[in-house]
Amino acid sequence: MEQIILFSPLIGAVIGGFFWKSIGEKAAIYLTIVLLFASCFLSWIVFLSHGLATEKITLFRWIVSGNLSADWSIRLDRLTSIMLVVVTSVSALVHLYSVGYMAHDENWQDDERYKARFFAYLSFFTFAMLMLVTSDNLVQMFFGWEGVGVASYLLIGFYYKKQSANAAAIKAFVVNRVGDFGFALGIFALFMVTGSINFDDIFVAAPKLAETTLTFLWTDWNAANLIAILLFIGAMGKSAQLFLHTWLPDAMEGPTPVSALIHAATMVTAGVFLVCRMSPLMEYAPAALGFITIIGAFTAFVAATIGLVQNDIKRVIAYSTMSQLGYMFVAAGVGAYSVAMFHLFTHAFFKAMLFLGAGSVIHAMHHEQDMRNYGGLRKKIPYTFWAMMIGTLAITGVGIPLTHVGFAGFLSKDAVIESAWAGTNAGFAFWTLVIAALFTSFYSWRLMLMTFFGQPKSDSHAYSHAKESPMVMLIPLGLLGLGAILSGMIWYSSFFGKDYQVANFFGIESEYQQTLPKTKEENIVEKNNEKLEDALPPQGAIYMSPENHVLHDAHYAPIWVKISPFIAMLLGLLMALWFYVWDKKKPSEWASTLDPLYRFLLNKWYFDEIYEILFVSRAKVIGRIFWKKGDGGIIDGSINGIAMSLVPLVTRISTRFQSGYIFSYALAMVLGILLLLTWMIFAVGVK
Amino acid sequence: MIYDDLNIIFPEIFLSVYAMVALLGVVYTSKDELAKRVTWVTAFIFILVAFLIIFSEEKTEIAFGGMFINDAFSRFSKIIILLSAAVVLVMGQEYMSRRGFLRFEYPLIVTLSVVGMMVMVSAGDLMSLYMGLELQSLALYVIAAFKKDSVKSTEAGLKYFVLGALSSGLLLYGSALVYGYSGTTLFSGILSNVSTDAPSLGLLFGLALVIAGLAFKVSAVPFHMWTPDVYEGAPTPVTAFFATVPKMAAICLFIRVMYDAFGNIINDWQQIIALLSILSMFLGAFAAIGQTDLKRLLAYSSIAHMGYALIGLAAGTEFGVQSVLEYMTIYITMNIGVFAIVMSMQQDGQSVTEIASLKMISETDPGKAIALVILLFSLAGIPPMLGFFAKFEVLRAAINAELVYLAVLGVLASVIGAFYYLRIVYFIYFGEMPETPLDDAKSPILRTIWTASAAIMIFGIVSLLGVEQMAKAAAFSLLN
Repeated sequence: MEQIILFSPLIGAVIGGFFWKSIGEKAAIYLTIVLLFASCFLSWIVFLSHGLATEKITLFRWIVSGNLSADWSIRLDRLTSIMLVVVTSVSALVHLYSVGYMAHDENWQDDERYKARFFAYLSFFTFAMLMLVTSDNLVQMFFGWEGVGVASYLLIGFYYKKQSANAAAIKAFVVNRVGDFGFALGIFALFMVTGSINFDDIFVAAPKLAETTLTFLWTDWNAANLIAILLFIGAMGKSAQLFLHTWLPDAMEGPTPVSALIHAATMVTAGVFLVCRMSPLMEYAPAALGFITIIGAFTAFVAATIGLVQNDIKRVIAYSTMSQLGYMFVAAGVGAYSVAMFHLFTHAFFKAMLFLGAGSVIHAMHHEQDMRNYGGLRKKIPYTFWAMMIGTLAITGVGIPLTHVGFAGFLSKDAVIESAWAGTNAGFAFWTLVIAALFTSFYSWRLMLMTFFGQPKSDSHAYSHAKESPMVMLIPLGLLGLGAILSGMIWYSSFFGKDYQVANFFGIESEYQQTLPKTKEENIVEKNNEKLEDALPPQGAIYMSPENHVLHDAHYAPIWVKISPFIAMLLGLLMALWFYVWDKKKPSEWASTLDPLYRFLLNKWYFDEIYEILFVSRAKVIGRIFWKKGDGGIIDGSINGIAMSLVPLVTRISTRFQSGYIFSYALAMVLGILLLLTWMIFAVGVK
Repeated sequence: MIYDDLNIIFPEIFLSVYAMVALLGVVYTSKDELAKRVTWVTAFIFILVAFLIIFSEEKTEIAFGGMFINDAFSRFSKIIILLSAAVVLVMGQEYMSRRGFLRFEYPLIVTLSVVGMMVMVSAGDLMSLYMGLELQSLALYVIAAFKKDSVKSTEAGLKYFVLGALSSGLLLYGSALVYGYSGTTLFSGILSNVSTDAPSLGLLFGLALVIAGLAFKVSAVPFHMWTPDVYEGAPTPVTAFFATVPKMAAICLFIRVMYDAFGNIINDWQQIIALLSILSMFLGAFAAIGQTDLKRLLAYSSIAHMGYALIGLAAGTEFGVQSVLEYMTIYITMNIGVFAIVMSMQQDGQSVTEIASLKMISETDPGKAIALVILLFSLAGIPPMLGFFAKFEVLRAAINAELVYLAVLGVLASVIGAFYYLRIVYFIYFGEMPETPLDDAKSPILRTIWTASAAIMIFGIVSLLGVEQMAKAAAFSLLN
């Protein structure tokens, strides 16, 4: 069953991508959709039926070289099954949605066929993402990691005729390279220290790593901290954390369904997944966890501030994604991995929903993306409006305070903030997240108000022709809406309930579980590990060290902590109403009085400009040296020199001796003999 | 006893008797009218004898007091010689008969030359070596000038004869010196009489002269000068024969002499062979660039290829010998394919050999174009064609023998050499359409042969179709 989940998207991608000409474009599209829904259906079965034990399904042997060995296998535990559900559900719905969204694309001529390619890319992405989340070792994970990178590149640059799309695709690829380099270094370091890249071996070795010292960049490091930070650098690139985030807003050049699938719900959360997957290692790396917390908190805050002033509807949501990813990293950083996964899970639903809703708006407005040209669309596209409303209620965290009733984001975000409070003793990260929650609420409501309320601002043409999207786009919105409303309430106790509930959900060994008899697999695992000082990898999908009480403490947060995000949300809502409904001059007034700040935010904290000066321009200079001087001058020069002058010269000489006269041939032979005899004399002489 | 000896050389006797009986028989009947049939029968007999050898007992036997050796090495060489000779005969008969110069002597002279080659590869004595060598050479001089009314063909035969006589003289002089300083002409005797640490200079001179004589036969630089002229002048089927079968025999004889007679003083000849190999590879690569005639180009190509084969010999190891045998087998297979295509080239009924006439045959005959491209890639040593693995093995042998410089130079030469093969590929696919394109050669035999040859270049990489094991056994039998 797991194999079907894993490989049906690949089959869809291969057939849809390479053979759509023979089976027809429509058939190829429907094939990918059917396969994806099959995969999704089975994923839910796995998610709901999967037991506590970690299951391993070896597909085939992949690499054996020296003492490096890697199998192609599926590691099936709670983390995997959560990701399976998230990836396949969002992907299936996005596939379906794309049928409507991509139906008539203005970027292509009438006679150009692009749809099968699009669906093949989507399916390929899904396969790579599943490969990433099911991996049982770091190399397989890296394969999936790079696979999603490639898919992301292809899809951002899907409109390859647009200069900006190509530039964004390359930017995403290059920025991710920086993170991937850290990730690769982390894998190398782990292999160097533990001699294995399999998760179980690494997890067993984790306590020892904490006592090992590694020298890196002329400095002595604690091995666990160093490796955890290197791995997290990989996560930063993929999850668009601060300093490596600049690619994500630009990635919105891709078609909107791509933004929903890759740049909101799944790929960008791979970093969070990585940190949670490596939790047995992270628990021994306190410095790295601190680093993750700080980066996450900063990201959440910076992205939220930028989101306040953006005018492109997709960019607002993109910065919102980045900000929410920061939330997840804070949760992981304070050691509440289950909470990070909780927010990842709910976020996937409501963020995909927001993106698809935005896509629906853009579709209705004939590919207009500037919110200043929207307005009053509530009556024109009511279903989309309600979908977006649910998404906004979810992301801003609307619910009934002090109960477990509310939209998905209400429960998960509050869980994150309470964990941050418990993990940092009401420190920096906690306050940053609360303020970010205020901003989140403001920009989300700003988006709603500017788009759906007020008077239509665009020229009456686009407005009057705006019409509701087809059912094939609305159904996915509806299903995601269900997730955005219910997923928080249903799985609250599993992710953030009592200690034993969480332990039970993630299969963590606790007093509650120790009474269970060991399964056969566990015995085998145990046998295999006997040589490693009888050590067993920690049970369960995530690991929390005995000293880690964050999850427990978070439940005993004071009331003011628990209601703080709700208050922040209300404040944000009121601000948005004040600015965009009651006093519509306020935004421009503020923009002019706080002009430097406004421009600072509008220009995204000038990250792109600083990078341009610090890295890009310099890299270009170096590149130009290698290109003009190195490649053009030295390599081409020497090759051309040899090919254009030396070779013809030798050729001329060698053919000149071929005179056709026997005597000159005989002379050559005699000279040859002289050469051999002389050689012999010298050879003997040397002896 | 003499009976046992005769039994061991039965294949050679059988072929000799066949050649003479057939000659007499045809002379007294209908002469050239039977030429076609005789050719087919000869080819059939070659294959028959090849199978006789394949299914003969696998053991090492010596006859005539050590003058004749029948071991796995000689059997391997003979099988390749016989089979390739059969294919070349079949391939040439059509070409020759269409142009009206197929005589019944042709297959029979080839038979005699094949007998000579079989003696060569089985030689265990300087005298049997010379006997075999001269038998095959005399036969080859004749067929080089086989097209009597063509000035070029006659010139080729004469040149080959005069220079061949010179090389035979060198070889004999060397043999005399070796005999003088070791007191015997038997390889096994030389091997035991030569002192390992300090061989006398006279013996080394003898060795150098023997190497020179053999280098002429494999056309290694600087004893190669006859090759381009003879290849160009001789009729194409004869050139195809020259480029393939005698090369196998000569290289195998070379290996035989070097290991069986001088295997104790590898250090003394290793450097010389390496030198010949380097010179051949580079001259072959450079000089071929300047050619406009396909047959001359293939002449230089074969010089370069002999250079690569000599790398394996220079390695001086068992694996080196194995790699040479594999190299030669692959080399012959691909050259047969290329020559099949060369024979099919004609314009308005006239055969042509200019490289430029191949322009855009991808349009007129795509199947032939693809086959030729595969064969050329293989000759250039581009993976995954078989020619790459041939080169790879000899280079590996050189590296295992710590002759890294030789392997590096070999790779450099192959890079330069790739140019002229790829230039032909360029003509085939990207050239301009010539005014008079090549005729559609309707020759199912040639088409089968070049298609099979090209197919082997691709599918042969599966353990070289079993050749690898045979070559390994052959190398083992030679060195142990």
